[in-house]
Amino acid sequence: MDFDYSEEQRLLADTLKRFLADHYTFDARAKIIASAAGYSEDIWAAFAEMGLLGLPFAPEHGGFGGSAVDVMIVMEAIGEGLVVEPYLATVGLGAQFVARGGTEAQKQRILPAVAQGKAKLALAQTEWGARYHLHAINTRARQTADGWVLDGEKSAVLHGGCADVLVVSARTAGSDTDPHGISLFLVGQGTPGVSMREYRTIDNLRVADIQFSGAVIPREALLGPKDEGLPLLEEVVDYGTALLCAEAVGAIRYANDATLAYLKTRRQFGVPIGSFQALQHRMVDMFIDYEQARSMACLACVKVDTAEATERRRVVSAAKIKIAEACRHVSQEAVQLHGGMGMTEELKISHTFRRLTVIAQAFGDVDHHLERFAAAG
Amino acid sequence: MDLNYSPEEEAFRDEVRVWLRDNLPADLRDKVINYQELGKEDLLRWHRILAKKGWIAPDWPVEWGGTDWTVVQRYIFEEECGAAGCPPLVAFGLRMVAPVLLRFGTPEQKQRFLPRIYHGEDFWCQGYSEPGAGSDLASLQTRAVRDGDYYVVSGQKIWTTMAHYADWIFCLVRTDPNRPKRQQGISFLLIDMRSPGITVQPIILMDGSHEVNSVFFDEVRVPLENRVHEENDGWTVAKYLLGYERMGTGRVGVSKRELARLKDLAACTLKDGKPLLDDPRFRDRLTRVEVELMALEITNLRYLDQLRGGKAPGAEVSLLKLKGTEIQQAISELMMQVAGPRAPVFRPIDPDADFDAFTASLAPRYLNLRKTTIYAGSNEIQRNIIAKATLGL
Repeated sequence: MDFDYSEEQRLLADTLKRFLADHYTFDARAKIIASAAGYSEDIWAAFAEMGLLGLPFAPEHGGFGGSAVDVMIVMEAIGEGLVVEPYLATVGLGAQFVARGGTEAQKQRILPAVAQGKAKLALAQTEWGARYHLHAINTRARQTADGWVLDGEKSAVLHGGCADVLVVSARTAGSDTDPHGISLFLVGQGTPGVSMREYRTIDNLRVADIQFSGAVIPREALLGPKDEGLPLLEEVVDYGTALLCAEAVGAIRYANDATLAYLKTRRQFGVPIGSFQALQHRMVDMFIDYEQARSMACLACVKVDTAEATERRRVVSAAKIKIAEACRHVSQEAVQLHGGMGMTEELKISHTFRRLTVIAQAFGDVDHHLERFAAAG
Repeated sequence: MDLNYSPEEEAFRDEVRVWLRDNLPADLRDKVINYQELGKEDLLRWHRILAKKGWIAPDWPVEWGGTDWTVVQRYIFEEECGAAGCPPLVAFGLRMVAPVLLRFGTPEQKQRFLPRIYHGEDFWCQGYSEPGAGSDLASLQTRAVRDGDYYVVSGQKIWTTMAHYADWIFCLVRTDPNRPKRQQGISFLLIDMRSPGITVQPIILMDGSHEVNSVFFDEVRVPLENRVHEENDGWTVAKYLLGYERMGTGRVGVSKRELARLKDLAACTLKDGKPLLDDPRFRDRLTRVEVELMALEITNLRYLDQLRGGKAPGAEVSLLKLKGTEIQQAISELMMQVAGPRAPVFRPIDPDADFDAFTASLAPRYLNLRKTTIYAGSNEIQRNIIAKATLGL
């Protein structure tokens, strides 16, 4: 058993940390968020140059053959820096479908472009009323002589608005909640019949509601086996969830560091407020949450690469439960211990609070994962 | 022991309920129950409707416009207003500076200010906290130097709710920095917000809202007659206000309304084809909050009953603020859970796009309500108060 980072992993962590410290200050981030796109193409290009975008993909597709733990390191830095660029959507979700389930032609068409920073992807999966169940799909794909016609709506697609290619789950057979009959499709930006409404989220990311009205896509748009797309969907969403856990760890680390610094410097009643035992104990509880979250994120990121489906489900759900509770507890305590300052837009701590709040519910809230864990035996 | 309301109290409740139903404007109610922002004119409109009825200041003496209701009637009134979705009353004039004037003001000060507060002609805000004086309010530094018939005030107040609407501000200032204890040397001043030297700067909160401000005083001249009570004994006034305030802070009526709304939302939201309200895990969480609210309500009534007996409330009433705010937060958190995957959606990029503004308000509301355990004496301070004053620790 070995929890250490390899030399290359340490180097990756240090390089990225230094890059973000120089180019992703809180002020720089504020400008990016305020921009029309809501993310920075310069930062994206820098990520490409650092090899981050190709990190988990095979060398023959322009990647570096990185493991989930390698990507975990990137995600922690993203969490700590509150990076808003579509890394998870592209590298952790969208492109993962191509890498795991695509034909060689699909891989060659998409993965090198992703690695070079020339293509962004997003997973268009969730629908209204489905909450977190992956098999609750109403969007339909009707087969034609030349391809498929898509009809339906996807809700709050993470970074859907800037995606060059969407990975869309749609039903090719079966009723609304049938686990069989789900297929996956690659839909290029600009496909007629696809319209979007973009939103800003409370944590300063972008999501899109996407409507498909008779959208015609070619035969080759199908990704993976027809009707049996659910296993790949689950596999990739679990992978993305494990990465999200890692992002949370980075954000929790920042929240704890900032709160600890505040407790040591803020003086009231003639002393640093960190001298009050009641607050010390609460800070310790936040530290404990961080340590446990970090452990579970490591476990989840190792297991998504190595475990078979049932164990993978169990571990990812357990990690998400633990991390969701850590997100909630740490974020709430961080704001409370900062007093009024913690409420303000001006301070990074409130932005961290918001990101942790969203992560806690993303890809399934605690209740969803409690059920999934129990069902996984 | 009799925990029933008397027939007279029930009749009063009916009277209030009917009047509110007939006089609360539908557009204001809609804004309140749908978590839309209420502007200055919205708040004043409701204030003036209540003032016209004579119900705007139930706890004032009758000769100044009070209603001569019992403490239970006042509680019933507040609960019914909460249940009906009335806009909140701005406490700073009606329930802060007014009680202070009634207790410590000169006849001239009462005559000058009380009617204008009553009729909603002066909008007040509170200048207490400073960047260096939050929980430790007594360490405040805003300076007031005597110059002939004036005080010259310089300093900064922070977290000043609705200073950007206000005509007047009441401030704790330091008139003598050389006293042995910090609580000494503080005075209570009434300051016209139009005075030269006052600058109001918005502080935006994490939900995007503008409620609070910094207020900068740059050699602001305040007439001596605007001081309430003795110079350097302002802390007595502050303590009086803190004690006076603690009873009204459970917000039981509002939380009951919110809980009912939460149930409605959960009933309309499907999980696995069934209402989320019927999901045992969700139902459990909701039930626990409902039980907490029930306990809070009865405790609130029990403490009120002590007042009726003539006994002053002890420091334990701090628990009303403590539990009341935790319940508010818990309800908002459950609403965010109901929103589920839609919770993060905040605003459309295209400002003209129409969108489900209500669902998009649920997470921001959760964000906004984190302030409740921080303001009006943080929940940590409320625990300190109980520890010290009630438990003698």
